[in-house]
Amino acid sequence: MKIRVQTEAFDLGAEIDALRAGRLDVGAVASFVGYARDINDGSDVRAMTLEHYPGMTEKALGTLADEAAARWTLIDATVVHRVGRLLPGDPIVLVAVASRHRGDAFAACAFIMDALKTRAPFWKKEETPAGERWVEARASDDAAAARWADKVGRPD
Amino acid sequence: MTLRMLYFARLRERFGQAEECLAFDGATVADLLGALRARGDAWAEELAAGRSFRVAVNQELATPDTRLADRAEVAIFPPVTGG
Repeated sequence: MKIRVQTEAFDLGAEIDALRAGRLDVGAVASFVGYARDINDGSDVRAMTLEHYPGMTEKALGTLADEAAARWTLIDATVVHRVGRLLPGDPIVLVAVASRHRGDAFAACAFIMDALKTRAPFWKKEETPAGERWVEARASDDAAAARWADKVGRPD
Repeated sequence: MTLRMLYFARLRERFGQAEECLAFDGATVADLLGALRARGDAWAEELAAGRSFRVAVNQELATPDTRLADRAEVAIFPPVTGG
């Protein structure tokens, strides 16, 4: 499992190449990339700054990846999350999961993202025409994370 | 005991500090929150019952009954909004 927190941008293709390097048993890679939007909660967003809790962040992301590996049959996974000031269109987060078959990769990728949204210590502050504001947590993110609690490990 | 306190994001701004060393006599996270609320102002307001915040002890999410040990690192922060 590769976990990174960084200010620099990332390249999805390069990350997937690194994930698959030397592993010809990989039959599937599922990935998710989250981007900074120019609109949120009805306001224009000019930029956002991501703060995190150094130490706990890496530990929490590692725990999520380990939980996914315990639940599905995975070969490897990469999680990259950026911090610092980002502009609309900038990539924020990448999750890529390699497995033999697609079902495990799709499910583990979705699980890691849903869990990251509620358990990894990152906070967004947006710059809007009315000034700066901290982004509030969404109930829909709690619901998305909770849906994994009552499911069996393997997808149907 | 002495605790290393860390505050993040909106709570860091409201409390006017990112970290502090705190001498503490209680046993649990609930005791600690009571001691911090007693400071009044932003502390009483932000940490009031029903307000949404998280506590981590030694970098693991904690609950009110989590027990604290000397030199523990305790962080208080708003619900997370990454991704």
